[in-house]
Amino acid sequence: MDEALTPGSVAETKDALARAGYLADESAALVSFLAQRLGKPVLVEGPAGVGKTELAKALHRASGRELIRLQCYEGLDEAKALYEWNYRKQLLKIQADGEAGWEEVHDDIFDKEFLLERPLMQAIASPDPVVLLVDEIDKTDQEFEAMLLELLSDFQITIPELGRVAATTMPIVVLTSNNSRELTEALKRRCLYLWLDYPELEREMEIVRLHAPELPETLARRLVEVVQMVRALDLKKPPSIAESIDWARTLLLMGAEDIDRETFEQSMSVIVKHRTDIDLVAERVGVKLAGAPTQTPG
Amino acid sequence: MSPTPASPYGPKAEAGPPGLAAKLLGFCEELRGEGVAVGTSEILDAFAALEQVPWTSRDDFREALAATIAKSQDDRRLFELLFERWFFRATEAEAVERGADEGGQRHEGAERLDIDALRKRVREAIVAGRDGEMSDLARLAIAAFGRQGEGSGVVGVDVQRIRRTLGLSAGAQPSAEDGAAELPPIDREQLNRFERHLRRELERDLIERTATLPPSRPLAELDRALPTSPTQDLAAVHRAVSQMKRRLATLGHEQRGRRKGQTVDVRRTMRASLETGGVPLRLRYRPKRPRRPEIYVLCDVSTSVTSASVFFLSVLHALHDSFRKLRSFVFIERISEVTEVFEHERDFRTIAQRISSEGGVADVSGYTDYGRVWLEFLSEISDDLDPRSTVIVLGDARTNGREPHAEVFARVAERAGRLFWLNPEPKLYWNYGDSVMAAYERHCDGAFECWTTRHLENFVNVVAGGVPAGD
Repeated sequence: MDEALTPGSVAETKDALARAGYLADESAALVSFLAQRLGKPVLVEGPAGVGKTELAKALHRASGRELIRLQCYEGLDEAKALYEWNYRKQLLKIQADGEAGWEEVHDDIFDKEFLLERPLMQAIASPDPVVLLVDEIDKTDQEFEAMLLELLSDFQITIPELGRVAATTMPIVVLTSNNSRELTEALKRRCLYLWLDYPELEREMEIVRLHAPELPETLARRLVEVVQMVRALDLKKPPSIAESIDWARTLLLMGAEDIDRETFEQSMSVIVKHRTDIDLVAERVGVKLAGAPTQTPG
Repeated sequence: MSPTPASPYGPKAEAGPPGLAAKLLGFCEELRGEGVAVGTSEILDAFAALEQVPWTSRDDFREALAATIAKSQDDRRLFELLFERWFFRATEAEAVERGADEGGQRHEGAERLDIDALRKRVREAIVAGRDGEMSDLARLAIAAFGRQGEGSGVVGVDVQRIRRTLGLSAGAQPSAEDGAAELPPIDREQLNRFERHLRRELERDLIERTATLPPSRPLAELDRALPTSPTQDLAAVHRAVSQMKRRLATLGHEQRGRRKGQTVDVRRTMRASLETGGVPLRLRYRPKRPRRPEIYVLCDVSTSVTSASVFFLSVLHALHDSFRKLRSFVFIERISEVTEVFEHERDFRTIAQRISSEGGVADVSGYTDYGRVWLEFLSEISDDLDPRSTVIVLGDARTNGREPHAEVFARVAERAGRLFWLNPEPKLYWNYGDSVMAAYERHCDGAFECWTTRHLENFVNVVAGGVPAGD
């Protein structure tokens, strides 16, 4: 591992992340620090939109490493995640070497040249250290998880035709999960665990102010208060941090000076995105805000 | 200290050699005792992590341990509880052993504070959430309280007495009488934190007085259980159901009609052809997309299942969130479709209310009439049933002595692709009294007892062909 790239202390990691535009809380900073020092993958869990993916991106910006992202989905297989043989090229090779004997061609076509590297392979084979983001690992099936184990513990991949490909540099691996299914013990055992939750009021305010600096402080505070009020309701989809930021930008565009009932009802759809949720929020939160109710047409 | 009996993981660290390693191992041992899976690799990781962070910062120390040892949110909760207790006990044990006594200086300053000023400062500290200050103030409060001579000697009782004396309660605060600025509200969580400080300081006092540690007990079932609230239970049900969704969607799909109506996957065929020198001898097919399951849920809402019906309704509620092709019915004496209600209402309480008020399922007696329900279901709905549909019945199969019409039920089962029965009674009670579970069970693809989310998950597992979760 390149010593120059690894931070010396937790505070240093936190500062570096902050410079990269990510305000980490204590545990996020500590786990990021440990991940780099110990060379262990990090498993990040938490509700949608609390910045799990963003953490990996911030690590990429803070450390100057390249970011390689593998988006998981149901039915993702090795060919899409690890590597695949470039069969078109292989066919061409067979045809081009038509005269050559089978033995020679056979050895030739299973060469690095014909290997299509998919994200995991790229991360391992890269000559420079990278940040590998395996996003929404819970969306895949257990078989895929099992396949990841070799990569996560030894940072190597075994290709039957080529042999073992081991990482030359230690990647920072971040796995995110929305907790839609329980991950296997074997996977968890290999990772550091980080639970990200919705931030507290002060920290969320800092985050909003960081991303929408023109927003006056009083308005930012009010915004975060309202968002946290909305989160406390039992909604299908509670507003995430990204949505708070979107809302802050919307308010700026609207030129709003305070969040009164009218502004809220006009811009509410930025943070609440289910019809039933909108009704509930309008009913519970809208009435708490000052200002006359608007006449909704229809 | 007396020698402690050997445990499967080696000697207990509390009485073992001094030093951090032993204490940590003891802590892990205790976590294992509470059911957290702490493997050797986790312990090694923990030590590796501790080499990287300064131990002087309590937060860093704790987070480093948590990140390496507690690998789920539940584990993390147990970790927090035990961390507090274990290291508190460890320091106190050390203090008792060395005969340290700081009682003299501990309550210094208490005389200078009257109760009102203390009240104000405690409130400020709680709202601001400053831990250090809270624990200092907790000491002061205990000292002030002690002077009044009201200590009962039982920690739990004292905590509540002190809290009342300080006039602290969760929720919106009563407005101050003297017209002063309105007090900021204290939420339950903040108050709990202060109570924890109080409890800890009281325990410390007790240990100092008696110079012994109280015996360590496993966590009470109450502490272990998740903080319960209806929404939380609902969330657990939702989780189990979304798992069920994935499994029902793909279930049985591998075997059905493999070759019929499939399209050739050119890319994979070509890839496979490499083995035969580029001649596509074997065709590869595009995998079939999982079919959309159609689900019919029949839910008994009669009085005999009152306790379970809230659970059942929440299962229904969660199912509606996950499946688009879902029709739900409630029944007592008659059956009534409530799909609409679930689609248009979000709030669980409103749904429950609307179902009971306008379901129109109780005719006269209010007793379940399964036979009639099957007849009605068969005549009205079963035309829509086809081999792709899954029927789930939630009920206790208690017919109140009426004709069960199992043969009608059999016809429903025949028409539907799959039929499952979830019974809110333990298997032990099936077929006792007026329960005719056996008559129906024969026609089901599976019948399960189900009154907790754990059972629900079990059902999901079995349906998915996995092994049932152990009890």
